[in-house]
Amino acid sequence: MSLLRLDAVYKSFGTSEVLRGISLEVHAHEVVALIGASGSGKSTLLRAINLLEPIDDGQIWLNDQDISDPRVKVDAVRSRIGVVFQHYNLFPHLTVLDNVTLASRRVHGVDRATAEKSALELLDRVGLAPHARSFPDRLSGGQQQRAAIVRAIATNPELLLLDEITSALDPELVGEVLALVRELAADGTTIVMATHEMAFARDVAHRVVFLDGGVIAESGPPSEMFGSPREERTREFLARFSDR
Amino acid sequence: MRFRPFDETRPPSSIELGRRVFRRRQGIRSVILSLASTLVFAVVVWLTLVNTPGWAAVQQTFFDPAHLVSAWPRVFAGFVLNLQILFFAVIGVAIFASLLAIVRTLRGAIFFPLRVIATAYTDLFRGLPLIIVLYLIGFGIPGLRLTENRIPPEVLGTVALVLTYSAYVSEVLRAGIEAVHPSHRLAARSLGLTHAQTLRIVILPQAVRKVTPALMNDFVSMQKDVGLVSVLGVVDAVRAAQIETASDFNFTPYVLSGLLFVLLALPMIRLTDWYSARLRGREQIGSIV
Repeated sequence: MSLLRLDAVYKSFGTSEVLRGISLEVHAHEVVALIGASGSGKSTLLRAINLLEPIDDGQIWLNDQDISDPRVKVDAVRSRIGVVFQHYNLFPHLTVLDNVTLASRRVHGVDRATAEKSALELLDRVGLAPHARSFPDRLSGGQQQRAAIVRAIATNPELLLLDEITSALDPELVGEVLALVRELAADGTTIVMATHEMAFARDVAHRVVFLDGGVIAESGPPSEMFGSPREERTREFLARFSDR
Repeated sequence: MRFRPFDETRPPSSIELGRRVFRRRQGIRSVILSLASTLVFAVVVWLTLVNTPGWAAVQQTFFDPAHLVSAWPRVFAGFVLNLQILFFAVIGVAIFASLLAIVRTLRGAIFFPLRVIATAYTDLFRGLPLIIVLYLIGFGIPGLRLTENRIPPEVLGTVALVLTYSAYVSEVLRAGIEAVHPSHRLAARSLGLTHAQTLRIVILPQAVRKVTPALMNDFVSMQKDVGLVSVLGVVDAVRAAQIETASDFNFTPYVLSGLLFVLLALPMIRLTDWYSARLRGREQIGSIV
């Protein structure tokens, strides 16, 4: 049984078709890396999965529930999926701790003491316990992104979506964030991530999916995708990365 | 409040000590300069004023200490009424303006009629002079004979103030709501918060912080416009001053009531400045150059 299944998902903005029939299956505890050029539809796909972007056609199944059905309560679905954004999007008027416990308290009805206790444990695990009472702006980019990841996993979501979470970071801060993702993957978290970190995708992902022009051009285990890609456009795309 | 980039335990270098001496000297110099120039300016204005041919008469009519003392009890009692009206008007505006602002930011076809009504409302009441709203409400509503007893003019005046100021304040709030980056809405919704929760917990607190100076501007403006309820016959500070003036044509009571309004506004203005600076210091890093 797959945890997430997409059946021929279409999405366009105005006249530009961003997703042109994406079908994808993600199993529990699997880490899937979405790669592809900017504008290839990675971010839109992640947003569609989280119902932040209504799709034009197709179906999305989460644990055998059709979440693209308009009768489904979107807030309930979103509370089962954690998302981390490129620009962290921590709420600047709330402390790190309040950011992390917000969903537990307001969506899942956990009382403040319990929510803060487990949040502090998580923050401690990622080395942010000393900053729990700080406001996000006092933290470095890497710390903010780790806090954002903790916020996303604080409610034990069934699925974690990572949208180019290291793209806005200074190179020296990328490592600390990727180390945390690596740990989550080792713990068995199901992750779908859009990324430009090819070395990281090769290392951590179980499967790499190459998006090109709104379709899945090729997908497979990282050794195959990076070692001997079948498609010409995959080779071209990867060549641009290895040049650097 | 300011960040000290250096370690307090480490003794500063002689270069830094020299810089500090220089800065202190500069600081003292500019304070002395500004004090002196202010003093000179004040003296010039004062001398010009007292040397005008009519100054003696004007001083008698507008700044007479005896009239000030005799008018105080009545004007102050009126001012207390202004404060009461202000208190209820502020609560009314806060609620009504927030509702208007939220309705105007609602998306979706279902809310179209509500949006149109809210837009038409803010357009109308921002265009209408407050004094006309006061007349319409103050004399129009009693004319409808909705109640057996007479509705007190203070209440009608408060309603008119709320109606007018909500239109202004709702636009300020809406600007604040739209200034919060959409990614925050996205992040909040991705956590599973509902639209209403997102607005209340994530968007509005940030929006209000962004527009605090503009909100305070409207608040101070309303503080003094409370004096306009006097046109309905409410004996507030302005009306009380008018009554005092009518007895001997000395205008000192007006100046007194004006002073009271200024004194009311000042602490609020300082308080907001202090509070926004505190929030900024807490949530934003670095000092403002």
